[in-house]
Amino acid sequence: MTGTNPGISTPGISSAASGVAPSMDPAVDTAVHSSAPGGLVKSVVELDRVVIRLAGDSGDGMQLTGGRFTSETASFGNDLSTLPNFPAEIRAPTGTLPGVSSFQLHFADHDIMTPGDAPDVLVVMNPAALKANLPDLPGGGLLIADSDEFTARNLAKVGYDSNPLEDGSLEKWQLVSVPLTSMTLEALADSGLGKKEAERSKNMFTLGLLSWMYHRPTEGTVRFLERQFRRKPQIAAANIAAFRAGFNYGETTEAFAVSYEVKPAPMAPGKYRHISGNQALAYGIVAAGQRSGLPVFLGAYPITPASDILHELSKHKSFGVRTFQAEDEIAGIGAALGASFGGALGVTTTSGPGVALKAETIGLAVMTELPLLIVDVQRGGPSTGLPTKTEQSDLLQALYGRNGEAPVPVIAPRSPGDCFDATLEATRIALTYRTPVILLSDGYLANGAEPWSIPAADELPDLRTEFATEPNGEDGEFLPYLRDPETLARAWAVPGTAGLQHRIGGLEKADKTGNISYDPANHDFMTRTRQAKVDGIAASIPATEVDDPDGDARVAVIGWGSTYGPIGAACRRIRASGRSIAQVHLRHLNPLPADLGEILARYDRVVCPEMNLGQLAMVLRAKYLVDVHSHTQVRGLPFRAAELAAVFQDVIDGTTGTATTLDTGSDTPAQTGAAL
Amino acid sequence: MTAIESTNAHVHDLGMPAPDVTTISGAIDASVAANGPKQTALKAKDLKTDQEVRWCPGCGDYVILNAVQSFLPSLGIAREDMVIISGIGCSSRFPYYMNTYGMHSIHGRAPAIATGLAASRPDLSVWVVTGDGDALSIGGNHLIHTLRRNVNLTILLFNNRIYGLTKGQYSPTSEVGKVTKSTPMGSLDHPFNPVSLALGADATFVGRAMDSDRKGLTDVLRQAAEHQGTSLVEIYQNCNIFNDGAFELLKDPNTGPMWTIPLVHGEPLVFGPGGASCVVRDDFGGLRIAETNQVDASQIVVHDAHRDDPSYAFALSRLSSQDLRYTPMGVFRKVAKPSYDRMMADQLEDAAAQQPADLDALLAGGDSWTVS
Repeated sequence: MTGTNPGISTPGISSAASGVAPSMDPAVDTAVHSSAPGGLVKSVVELDRVVIRLAGDSGDGMQLTGGRFTSETASFGNDLSTLPNFPAEIRAPTGTLPGVSSFQLHFADHDIMTPGDAPDVLVVMNPAALKANLPDLPGGGLLIADSDEFTARNLAKVGYDSNPLEDGSLEKWQLVSVPLTSMTLEALADSGLGKKEAERSKNMFTLGLLSWMYHRPTEGTVRFLERQFRRKPQIAAANIAAFRAGFNYGETTEAFAVSYEVKPAPMAPGKYRHISGNQALAYGIVAAGQRSGLPVFLGAYPITPASDILHELSKHKSFGVRTFQAEDEIAGIGAALGASFGGALGVTTTSGPGVALKAETIGLAVMTELPLLIVDVQRGGPSTGLPTKTEQSDLLQALYGRNGEAPVPVIAPRSPGDCFDATLEATRIALTYRTPVILLSDGYLANGAEPWSIPAADELPDLRTEFATEPNGEDGEFLPYLRDPETLARAWAVPGTAGLQHRIGGLEKADKTGNISYDPANHDFMTRTRQAKVDGIAASIPATEVDDPDGDARVAVIGWGSTYGPIGAACRRIRASGRSIAQVHLRHLNPLPADLGEILARYDRVVCPEMNLGQLAMVLRAKYLVDVHSHTQVRGLPFRAAELAAVFQDVIDGTTGTATTLDTGSDTPAQTGAAL
Repeated sequence: MTAIESTNAHVHDLGMPAPDVTTISGAIDASVAANGPKQTALKAKDLKTDQEVRWCPGCGDYVILNAVQSFLPSLGIAREDMVIISGIGCSSRFPYYMNTYGMHSIHGRAPAIATGLAASRPDLSVWVVTGDGDALSIGGNHLIHTLRRNVNLTILLFNNRIYGLTKGQYSPTSEVGKVTKSTPMGSLDHPFNPVSLALGADATFVGRAMDSDRKGLTDVLRQAAEHQGTSLVEIYQNCNIFNDGAFELLKDPNTGPMWTIPLVHGEPLVFGPGGASCVVRDDFGGLRIAETNQVDASQIVVHDAHRDDPSYAFALSRLSSQDLRYTPMGVFRKVAKPSYDRMMADQLEDAAAQQPADLDALLAGGDSWTVS
């Protein structure tokens, strides 16, 4: 309860406003008004955006707290973007640096594209969380710490010689140290819970405090806790009591003199919810089954960060979704392919190491020309790599990681909500062209969340397809490899259809009959035909969108997948500084859109930021002979908009010097039009 | 051509009104709902294809193919409802010669592929044809997990104790000391006993038969096909090119009866010329061979394939050694247990009964808000 910075406890405009968000746009609307809850005079400051990071031990429930704060924020109507960041260890030793888990939420009264480069507010539940996250908190940022956890033992665990909450080393920041743990225990004194159990509610106390600070609605969290612990009413009551105590503490304490308002963001009329990438992807699979009229069969082996899709789909058996937790990655895709042979929408979900194991079966699907959806939620590699961190380094594996000439269409979503649409598009291609399709999501999309405009089921794409029911040969025979002249798709005759018995397999197929063929000319023909079928998908892809509002850009930036947000935010900064830049973002990585080469040729320079060492850049250079400027980073985290903006500005200015005039705070140009 | 054209004319026409999603899945749903494959009268020739059979002349696979084609029609299953999935190896060419649906897949993975098919289409009769290398080496993992799940499949494991298609390396069932191209000084590997392995995985049906024994093979195959759940049939099969005579001890009319223990449910385990040998319990809970005239008739084990505890069948499987002496032939174990595909279908039905599928409700979730 010690506000070590005297400024923070003084009600007033200047200290409060600058104390909370100095790193943000200086032109933030700082309308302030006062209210008098509980007899205290408290100011309310209006902000246009806030980035909050919650950090604690893996066992402190930071992901849950962040998720709840996100739900409250979404239902309040802000635009938002989140970045959960957690270790691969389930429970690293308590209080150590490897055990630190964090959740960052960016919310605003306007349209935003990223979870924010740096937090404005950092909440730390122990010394390890402070040590791991402080370097990211800009000077002047608000730092809330649970003082109870800054014990000699915990400090020693992470190498602090003295208590930073007391030794003046945090003077650069607005420190509020609050005994969150002991206040939670006090609030739950009559709950009947033991100390250890009661302590676990400190995350809800913290959430209550933040909910007060940012005027978040609280009913949703109360409902959530009631639902979550409906079989343990005592635990539910304790968590709700802690949550309310935290809220009331904010209202009555002198440590927090101001609260903040971030108005709802203007959004197109409609019904919204917040959704994570993995959830959207799972819903996309359910919807694909419904819209194609095919039963869904998921064959999957647990793997981070894709397992949530298996969990989610397992709940939806009423939609005819079968989920099969296989003995390994190979069996997962094998079973999915077997189901596809039987007329189901076969799906397998995994991450990079799993794709490596599935490669041979993807080749079999290429050869047998059966629809199959392969979802790769990419993570840091190679090998086990960084299981819980994001990366885009499986692009070349998806494009080329098989023996032989084995073309596979590749699709990548650009945002958590877009995982839904991208799944439907991948399914359209798989069913229309009778081919395996790889959907490349990543860890950032998978766990990140954003508001999502809920689509109407009957307005989703019609994915109906038809099985062959009659012989198609001139002599009344069935020719499994006779193709549709337009799509080059072969007939899909499912077992149980009388008269269409046929055999398929991994050996080269004779044209039309599908019988084994070692004929040299046939192999050449079939290899080229399989390639032509995949290349031909380009004809069904809409024209590439180029985002160049001024229409006079000389530099284009091209990206794919989850970099859409940071690239878009960086482009906004460039434009706000008076320069022009064009943004092209690819959803189809194979085949590439037919108009792409012509588009890239229009620009003096093309920049390609990727979370790998330049995989798309290499493809573009090879295919279009364009001198692509590759900008790469593999830190396991998404790009920061400010960094990208500096890179783009360098390219635009044709210099190698450092860009200096760009602010590092906001995603977006100031509302007031002030310098960015 | 017209059939395909009309097929694709319907594919992904975005201009169409909202689809009636029940129509397309109707065909599958209806057949899934039916109790098993439809019954028809077939003849062996109906199951042959126009493909030239390309095994080496004299291969044991020919005998097995003929036996299967002759006996399958008696099951009364329509050929379009039969699917044969194979892996890689000589035996895995099997689907090409059967006028059913089939997939010649990749090495070792046939049980996994067949699991997906059988689990999503309980209306089909799904067969896996595999070999000792395919099933026990590269595909060992899939085999044991398929067996423990009890997916409704019939697995025919052609065991010739050698790699034939890759021209003669030792296999996971080759005897220790076997000299092959890859083991010029003799194999060091201890072999699997496929029946023991399957029983260790708690397989609900395990049998063994000899390629050349048409009657015995047909009998085991029939019981395997009728079994609900995973049936594993090990078929001793002679590779006359790379491992000729591997099972001669059991095939030879002189030595065969001496070393073969026929398994007949409900019958005492007595074998050998004149019934000279028998199987009795040993002092450690296992089984041993005895001379019939040295033991009391009450000591002779009466074969019970329906025992729930697999340890009896396992003990039976351990009577035979690497040199094939005392090899039980027939059905080791046949117990009733719900099959995976059926339980999966039941869960789907239960879920649908509890909560009707409503895509709009799913997408909206519980915490939505409206912007007007």
